[in-house]
Amino acid sequence: MGFPLSLKGDSGGCVLVGDGVEVERKMNSNLFTQLRGFMKRGGWLILLSLGLFLLGAFLKNGVAFAEDAGSAMAEYRDIPYIGSRNAVWVIAQLHILFAGFVLGVPIFALVCEYIGYRTGDIRYDKLAKEFTKLLTASFGTTATFGAIFLFLLVGMYPKLFNFLSGVFFPTFLLYAFLFILETIVLYIYWYGWDYMAGKKKLHLFMGLLLNLIGLAIMWTADAWLSFQASPVVLSATMGYWERLWAAVHNPTWNPVNIHRVIGNIVLGGFMCGAYAAVRYLGSKTQEEREHYDWMGYIGNFVGVFGLLPLPFAGYWLMREVYEYNQQMGITLMGGVLSWLFILQAIQIGVLFLGANYYFWQGLAYRARVEARYKKYILAMVITLVLCFAVWLTPHSLVASLSEARAMGGTHHPLLGVFGVMSAKLTVVNLMILTTFISFLLYWRANQESTRSWAKGALYFQYFLFAVAVIAVISLGVYGYYVPAVVRVKILSTAQVLVVLFVLITVTPLTALSLKSAKVTGSMTWGVMPPRSQYVLISNGILVILTMTLMGYVRSASRVHFHIYGVLRDTSPYAFTPSVGFAASMMAAITFAFCLIVLFIFWVAGLPDKAGKKLTSSARVLEALGDKA
Amino acid sequence: MRIPLIGKVAIIWVSLYLALKFLVSPSLPSSVIFMYMSLITVCILLFVSVFPEDAEAFFGPIKRFIAGDQTDSAVRKLGRVAMFAIIPLFFGHRSYQANMPSYEPPLEQRIVHPAPPTEFTGMYNPYREDHEHFAENVKRGGEVFYRNCVFCHGDKLDGTGIFAEGFNLRPANFQENGVINMLQESYLFWRISKGGIGLPEESTPWNSAMPRWEAILPEEDRWKAILFLYDYTGYKPRTWE
Repeated sequence: MGFPLSLKGDSGGCVLVGDGVEVERKMNSNLFTQLRGFMKRGGWLILLSLGLFLLGAFLKNGVAFAEDAGSAMAEYRDIPYIGSRNAVWVIAQLHILFAGFVLGVPIFALVCEYIGYRTGDIRYDKLAKEFTKLLTASFGTTATFGAIFLFLLVGMYPKLFNFLSGVFFPTFLLYAFLFILETIVLYIYWYGWDYMAGKKKLHLFMGLLLNLIGLAIMWTADAWLSFQASPVVLSATMGYWERLWAAVHNPTWNPVNIHRVIGNIVLGGFMCGAYAAVRYLGSKTQEEREHYDWMGYIGNFVGVFGLLPLPFAGYWLMREVYEYNQQMGITLMGGVLSWLFILQAIQIGVLFLGANYYFWQGLAYRARVEARYKKYILAMVITLVLCFAVWLTPHSLVASLSEARAMGGTHHPLLGVFGVMSAKLTVVNLMILTTFISFLLYWRANQESTRSWAKGALYFQYFLFAVAVIAVISLGVYGYYVPAVVRVKILSTAQVLVVLFVLITVTPLTALSLKSAKVTGSMTWGVMPPRSQYVLISNGILVILTMTLMGYVRSASRVHFHIYGVLRDTSPYAFTPSVGFAASMMAAITFAFCLIVLFIFWVAGLPDKAGKKLTSSARVLEALGDKA
Repeated sequence: MRIPLIGKVAIIWVSLYLALKFLVSPSLPSSVIFMYMSLITVCILLFVSVFPEDAEAFFGPIKRFIAGDQTDSAVRKLGRVAMFAIIPLFFGHRSYQANMPSYEPPLEQRIVHPAPPTEFTGMYNPYREDHEHFAENVKRGGEVFYRNCVFCHGDKLDGTGIFAEGFNLRPANFQENGVINMLQESYLFWRISKGGIGLPEESTPWNSAMPRWEAILPEEDRWKAILFLYDYTGYKPRTWE
């Protein structure tokens, strides 16, 4: 029997014809079906007219503008209707989000591949490969947005670009070289996955190389943006390379570097969780559900792992900003941008709540723990509510005239104490400890240590947590009674060290204690309720929203300067937009990023879908052949 | 009688609302109560949906009430109809209230501590390190305060001077933790020198009655008054070293 196949188009998809028997293949989604219907009903004419109108209007104004700003000496150029600042804002932020994804995912993939290699668990290798596939699809998108960003910067902000080129030109070349190197290594890492299956160490080395180059790229770009916020004096007496290094090694370069590395791990983890959740909700078989449930768990775990030290890195960055320039610090934390930090507090708080909730759901559904766990969870809920409430309470409250009169101003005598850093740092440390306890409960569920010293170790852990909680609260309260410099440099650092000590002591102790532990109950994958998956999706979106928010805050902290205190912004956009407008822009960017990522997920999944469909078609044809 | 989970949740929710509304003094602004109650609501919903049996005990009656079935009593059916009528009416009423013109000024979102201008950052009190004449300088600062500032900021520096009640915004309370101990001396020098009229636009609406003291007091008196504020209250100025 031959294989005479022909494709016959219809309104709903493609009909595969073989030997007079029609085997319908729904190759397109409903969205595409509706789109096709719309186009057939004359929609193409509407779209074409609209497109031509917009293009005409844009060109008309664009040409008029180009005539005005066509001079070689132009300091700024604009984009009609959109505005140069908005255009750069959207494109730069999208580029950074994709860059974060492209740098976060390889860290995630390398760790998973290494665990798979060490433990022999093939699921980790599969997970790492699945995500590297997304990496290849998003790598091009990152580069595309990077190129658009560069064109916009060169075209619309020539004064700034000229200045930066004068200081940083050698690093531009380094960046280009590293980018080419990363592309080569990424191709080898991805396309050589199966080829190097027998040479796993070599493949892991390629993964490590990919990560190191990625970090070098990010740190190179960090030098430019951190210099804009915290420029240093570049004296004429300095040599060229000395000047360059001084500009690169500016006061906020290292804090930004560290903050971004950790932030990228969080983004990679929670995006993995969100991806797994989407796939879990659409799973058709129990096998798929189990796989994506497990993937979601790993993603959430990595996200939380990064989330725990992230506030410390953020605190260090802000401390450096204050030390660099008090005025900028106040603009950020106490001045015009302080309300954005309240928004950030809400987002971080919701992230913590979501991560904890997901662990608790895992306890209830996967581990099917006893009801006695409820009281622990209730205690953690109450702790998180109290901490979150303090965390998001602003120093100055939004109040009507009568309310403000009753309080004696917008500063409440009782809640006012929650609005300062002593309170904020105390509660964020407590939230970190609570999240760690949630994780430990999940980790220990259905396992019973067989070690003779296990009980003693458990009491020691209780003791450590109790001491840490008392220490964090005491240091926080004491912070109100000492000079700011003592609070910022000594007490806050001590709080962080106490919590870090607990994390790095309890984790290996628990791992040792549970090594060869007796399993008292099974861990069932693929049984999580849909609401747990919505939390994973929500956490993924919240991380993007937080990055978008803080990206704006970092740029806005320069106020009317391109380079703070050095190069003034003299364009018509040298003003700080209202919080409402900025929030709308952030929401729009987050929405656009999610749409593009969904598209990438869909594109990356096409080969699998095609494989499945061809397999099922082949099976049908094989059956028909047997009948004939 | 055993109270069902949904009843317990309702009792806790209402109790917390009443506590925030009536037990905290002075009263909390409605924006803060809304913020806290939203948080409490979310956390309660999270807690009751962790375990499947709790989720069923909490959401089950709600779902069954909304969906209804053939066996429902007339009272239950009437309750359902009433609920579907009351919810849109409630939100309609709230929307009407929110959009109705009011004589009360709109909500103010002020920045209490705006960033100082560049020329006022990194300044140091020239009398801080003059240990030999420290007491003398504090005394002079006190004289400056009691001749000029006491009428608004009060003789105990707690913002309750004889004119205080007449102002909105009220004069600053220097005794309060989180005011001058959070600020550098250069910040106070800026605020005293430039007064309410010299505040940046980012901090509007400004209706501060603070005079521009640089037009009245010499620079050394302003620094000495700052020295007095810290000495009297026992706070130390914010420093970065």
